[in-house]
Amino acid sequence: MARIDLDLAHAYKPNPQRDEDYALLPLKMSFEDGGAYALLGPSGCGKTTMLNIVSGLVTPSHGTVKFDGSDVTRKSPQERNIAQVFQFPVIYDTMTVAENLAFPLRNRGVAADKIKQRVGAIAEMLEMSGQLNMRAAGLAADAKQKISLGRGLVREDVSAVLFDEPLTVIDPHLKWQLRRKLKQIHHELKLTLIYVTHDQVEALTFADQVVVMTRGRAVQMGTASELFERPQHTFVGNFIGSPGMNFLKAKAQGDAIVVGGHVLRGAANPALANAGEFTLGVRPEYVQIAQPNQADAIPAKVQKAQDIGTYWLVTATSGDNVIRARLSPDAKKPAVGDDVWLNVLGSHTCFYKNEELIA
Amino acid sequence: MKPVNQKAWFLILPVILCVAFSAILPLMTVVNYSVQDIISPERRVFVGTEWFKAVMRDDDLQGALLRQITFSFAVLLVEIPMGIMLALSMPAQGWKASAVLVIVAISLLIPWNVVGTIWQIFGRADIGLMGASLAALGFDYSYTGNATHAWLTVLLMDVWHWTPLVALLCYAGLRAIPDAYYQAARIDGASKLAVFRFIQLPKLRGVLMIAVLLRFMDSFMIYTEPFVLTGGGPGNSTTFLSQYLTQKAVGQFDLGPAAAFSLIYFLIILLLCFILYNWMQRVGTQEKTEAAHG
Repeated sequence: MARIDLDLAHAYKPNPQRDEDYALLPLKMSFEDGGAYALLGPSGCGKTTMLNIVSGLVTPSHGTVKFDGSDVTRKSPQERNIAQVFQFPVIYDTMTVAENLAFPLRNRGVAADKIKQRVGAIAEMLEMSGQLNMRAAGLAADAKQKISLGRGLVREDVSAVLFDEPLTVIDPHLKWQLRRKLKQIHHELKLTLIYVTHDQVEALTFADQVVVMTRGRAVQMGTASELFERPQHTFVGNFIGSPGMNFLKAKAQGDAIVVGGHVLRGAANPALANAGEFTLGVRPEYVQIAQPNQADAIPAKVQKAQDIGTYWLVTATSGDNVIRARLSPDAKKPAVGDDVWLNVLGSHTCFYKNEELIA
Repeated sequence: MKPVNQKAWFLILPVILCVAFSAILPLMTVVNYSVQDIISPERRVFVGTEWFKAVMRDDDLQGALLRQITFSFAVLLVEIPMGIMLALSMPAQGWKASAVLVIVAISLLIPWNVVGTIWQIFGRADIGLMGASLAALGFDYSYTGNATHAWLTVLLMDVWHWTPLVALLCYAGLRAIPDAYYQAARIDGASKLAVFRFIQLPKLRGVLMIAVLLRFMDSFMIYTEPFVLTGGGPGNSTTFLSQYLTQKAVGQFDLGPAAAFSLIYFLIILLLCFILYNWMQRVGTQEKTEAAHG
């Protein structure tokens, strides 16, 4: 177990010049000992690169990796004592399930009875006790991935366990079950876990702290509610939530805000006074139907109203701006073509300039 | 119910004709020879299994068969491990990989009889690089005079000629192993030997099976190289089966016994390939059946 500090950048090409040359832009980040973290972002955002740098499979081109304060940048995964589970199942074909699970321990010269005990415990946890003596090669893909997971968890003394989208090949029902298992393991063993995924539900339910990444940049690290309530970057607002945050072009006018030619009053914020043009962000969950001419609302025309079961998803346009709102099913469903007033300004509203949160 | 369309048979007629003319009819000619004593084009006598009995009792032939089996297994024993080692030490990418691939493949591009000639000169004690070097070191080396030297030279020649084939097959097999396996092995703390034993070797099973079967069949039918190098001598120490057969059929024109033995030869290759194939299949899957029973 260890606290992990990253202060680095990585480029696969030599002599990176522009931002696009970097797989990971300069970042500074700490993973606390015993925490459950998720790296969340779309494909190609650099999350796997970051994971491989933590594990030692990739050496960063710039900067350092520290475990408990000591520099391990050039150390191998073995020296760092890291466990890692990959996206696709990796099993040793000629071994049985039990031998597969024992392999990381056997390579480190752990005593036979200790190995037996750990393998038994892990197999029980993964509900594979009945298959221990079967050859791993003959099993189905999800059973193979469970073996990979088991190999990652079999050592108790690891610095951290890293997961690289480990549940991709697992079917949805089992996925849910295994994710709960992982959470349970985290509570029992207090290991540092880092979990890479592009699925926000997976990230938000698994981790205490989620790192949202895009195009080689870690844009925000925070709890699920921080990411939801105060996205530090428009990308986070858009990526987290379903649908993502509404963004409206706005500018300040004294202590009022102008959106699409309409003057809004309500939240006087000193940070906005000198901001000039900026972007107003509001989650669809916080957009409500307002009274006509209400001070914190703008007029809009309903374009679409979908019944999603537990809520109405209403899409409306106001000038060039598109606004989505999640309305309670008890509310009256607005008809397409209706003119409505939508409340966009409130305590949950965020303001962005150059994609960064300013207020 | 599916409609039955017998016209489909016409579609495979060309294949049947081709196979008949290229394989079945020539084979039946051999069968025809093997059960008759052809004295002259007009006079032939049906002799039943007499030729088969005669060749089975032939000491020279038994000697050739034994020599052949020893040779083929020696070839496998040397070429397969060497090919694997060569493939493991070849660079995986970059210009070096291309260069090494070309160099390794060179011996495969040389015609059989030229290989024989190359080694004939290479081994000569007066002007050959190997022969003269060995002579200079004090070895009394002579592939024409000493039966053991001749046998070893033929083996060495085959190893030189065909190990690259095994190496190239293994190289292709190694490149097909996903990177994640090596990464997982590093995470699991596996040694180089363990990576070979538990990842590379199991993943090479398919290509190794092809390599073993190819090298076995080819070496079992070896003819041109020893014919050019030693002519089967000294004595008959390097007379392998196909050469013995050629002597019988073309040299002495004993068509009956030669045909009878051709058929036996064919069946031996078939049988040994069958055994090798099944054995290699079992090596990889045996524990599975054990687990299923236990």
